[in-house]
Amino acid sequence: MSDLAIRVENLSKRYRIGVRQQRYRRFSETVMDTFSAPIRRLRSLGKPTPPEETIWALKEVSFEVERGEVLGIIGRNGAGKTTLLKILSRITEPTEGRAEIHGRVGSLLEVGTGFHSELTGRENVYLNGAILGMKKAEIDRKFDEIVAFSGIEKFLDTPVKRYSSGMRVRLAFAVAAHLEPEIMLVDEVLAVGDFQFQKKCLGKMGEVARGGRTVLFVSHRMSAIRQLCPTCLWIDNGRIRKTGASSPVIDCYLAAVDKSGETAEAVFDEDPEKEFQLRCVRLLNEEGVLAQRFDCDNPVIIELACQVHRRVPGLYGYLSVSREDGITAMVSDSFDVVPNPLDDLPVGTYSVRITIPARTLGPGQYSVYLNFASLLSFKGFSVDTPGVVCTFSLDDFVSRRGNKRAGFFSTQLSWDVSRVSSLLPTEN
Amino acid sequence: MSKSLAVEEQVVTTTQTIPEPETKLAQVLVTIIEPSRGWISLKLKELIEYRDLLFFLAWRDISVRYKQTVLGAAWAIIQPFFSMVVFSLFFGRLAKIPSDGVPYPIFSYAAMLPWQYFATATTNSSNSLVGSSNLLTKVYFPRLVIPLASVLPAMIDFAIAFVVLLGMMVYYGIAPTWHLCFLPLFLLLALVTALGVGLWLSAMNVQYRDIRYAVPFLVQFWMFASPVTYPSSLVPEQWRALYGMNPMASVIEGFRWALLNTGTAPGPMTAVSVAAALALLVSGAYYFRRMEKTFADVV
Repeated sequence: MSDLAIRVENLSKRYRIGVRQQRYRRFSETVMDTFSAPIRRLRSLGKPTPPEETIWALKEVSFEVERGEVLGIIGRNGAGKTTLLKILSRITEPTEGRAEIHGRVGSLLEVGTGFHSELTGRENVYLNGAILGMKKAEIDRKFDEIVAFSGIEKFLDTPVKRYSSGMRVRLAFAVAAHLEPEIMLVDEVLAVGDFQFQKKCLGKMGEVARGGRTVLFVSHRMSAIRQLCPTCLWIDNGRIRKTGASSPVIDCYLAAVDKSGETAEAVFDEDPEKEFQLRCVRLLNEEGVLAQRFDCDNPVIIELACQVHRRVPGLYGYLSVSREDGITAMVSDSFDVVPNPLDDLPVGTYSVRITIPARTLGPGQYSVYLNFASLLSFKGFSVDTPGVVCTFSLDDFVSRRGNKRAGFFSTQLSWDVSRVSSLLPTEN
Repeated sequence: MSKSLAVEEQVVTTTQTIPEPETKLAQVLVTIIEPSRGWISLKLKELIEYRDLLFFLAWRDISVRYKQTVLGAAWAIIQPFFSMVVFSLFFGRLAKIPSDGVPYPIFSYAAMLPWQYFATATTNSSNSLVGSSNLLTKVYFPRLVIPLASVLPAMIDFAIAFVVLLGMMVYYGIAPTWHLCFLPLFLLLALVTALGVGLWLSAMNVQYRDIRYAVPFLVQFWMFASPVTYPSSLVPEQWRALYGMNPMASVIEGFRWALLNTGTAPGPMTAVSVAAALALLVSGAYYFRRMEKTFADVV
């Protein structure tokens, strides 16, 4: 037996695009189909199926992961990262190919799957633990540890619906963190929550990785990948684009994103399945003109056009602006405004303007990441995840140090000088 | 997507320990994921491994239900009790439908008990998959757990309503006989039937959302096809065995026989019912497993 944990061979997954738009068929349509399909099939005999009907979310992906390896998976939104994790965790089936997994798999595609708001914290620990694949005896054993990690001992017997969103996430992550499978599959769960929480998550992930477990970690945060994963896999359009030591792969990825993804505008097709959807995002300068190059002395305006198909209680937006090297320079969410303006918006279309004030970020290249989520949504935590949508650059033309200014900020500080009589601090 | 997810598991023994402190056994579970065609094994072994999840899901439904409703447990009694009152009035008093020699109220209540259980269990399990879409798309577990867990909570209602029946038996002076021992078997038959129907309908519901609307109608229709308001002795002798194709007919007759010592003792009709229920269950389970591969993509 080798030290192999995962072997993936020519794994492919095909989705029917038509299925996405009209997922639920009416029974009557199927009845009609059974009558009309033979005729249609006869007509189209010999003709190949039109290629635009299906897309390959994953195409001939092959790789191997050794036991104890921590592999990062990067790629643009819709590149097939989540599909890969879903196949490996057996949530969905591959269309072609084969995967071999040596060991028990625990997948964490979402924090708090199956939480029920009517149940108490204690009850949810058990329910969520069971859903993630733990046995009751196992949860019993780890219960105190889980509660201690979450830090919500006092509210253990309070229904989760009375929890703040932060408490909910903490409890949910505490349960997930105590899963002990040999192989962990982790999706972009760290992109949410406050800074403290993210730090704690990253810390726990690092601990897991050092503990000798095999981890597959999907993230958009290059800094997290660099920190946790020695090797990484870049998936582009369902295929493996590059694999190897993390740093060079990430550099290639970022370079490619800068070339092809350098846009000041992104438009998304309507998806009526989503309750809330970002339809368009544009970067505007102070005059309201679409721009991609900005200077530090003017604000950068991120204008969003959103569509509410169904009301989403607790909806909030999350924005992070990352530097070229993947380090997050700035994070804001709609809770920055009190009350949260996105919470439970009535059905309709909305425009949202987020302004990064002048002299905030330092000169450089930036990418804008957007995510919309709700801890109260019936359909799950993620509501709409557009991901990295645009990039922009900032130049400092005014200050003397200009574009050579290092660090995160271009804020000009005051240097107040006044003449004093003594070099020693004056004693009153 | 005409292929399905086939997962074969086998235990391979290795000489090397896994670098995890808690795992001392040098055994590694090998899972193979690949598309396969045709009929798939039910994998009952794995289902048993997930029995804790089954328990927690059933327990969640029970506890949420009693937390959210004002009258809570009272609902378990209100429904069958008032149905009994209405039936006794219209079918017993006015239409003078025979009741096998026992007072009509207890005659119909003894039937309402398994019927109410069956109706609730069938409805719940038919809607169970669609109601758990957030689980289906995010976590792996044997999907059979979901409809299976959803036929259990109605047992609690059954137990509560059963207490009322005992009260009625005292009131009407009906002493239980040794037949009572068979009652759990008839309840099991109702469960198997509800689960069989639930497996079929829940899997279909994922693809065709019409099912949700068809279920109440089906249940109502089924009630009149079952001897809830009338004795099955109204059905001509030579058709009785055929009538057994409806397993609920045997369940209800069995309940009356076991509790009230009336009606017909289990016979060929019951045998037909058991066969029909098992056929429903097994075919439902295979249909469910066959459709399972599409759940996460469609739901």
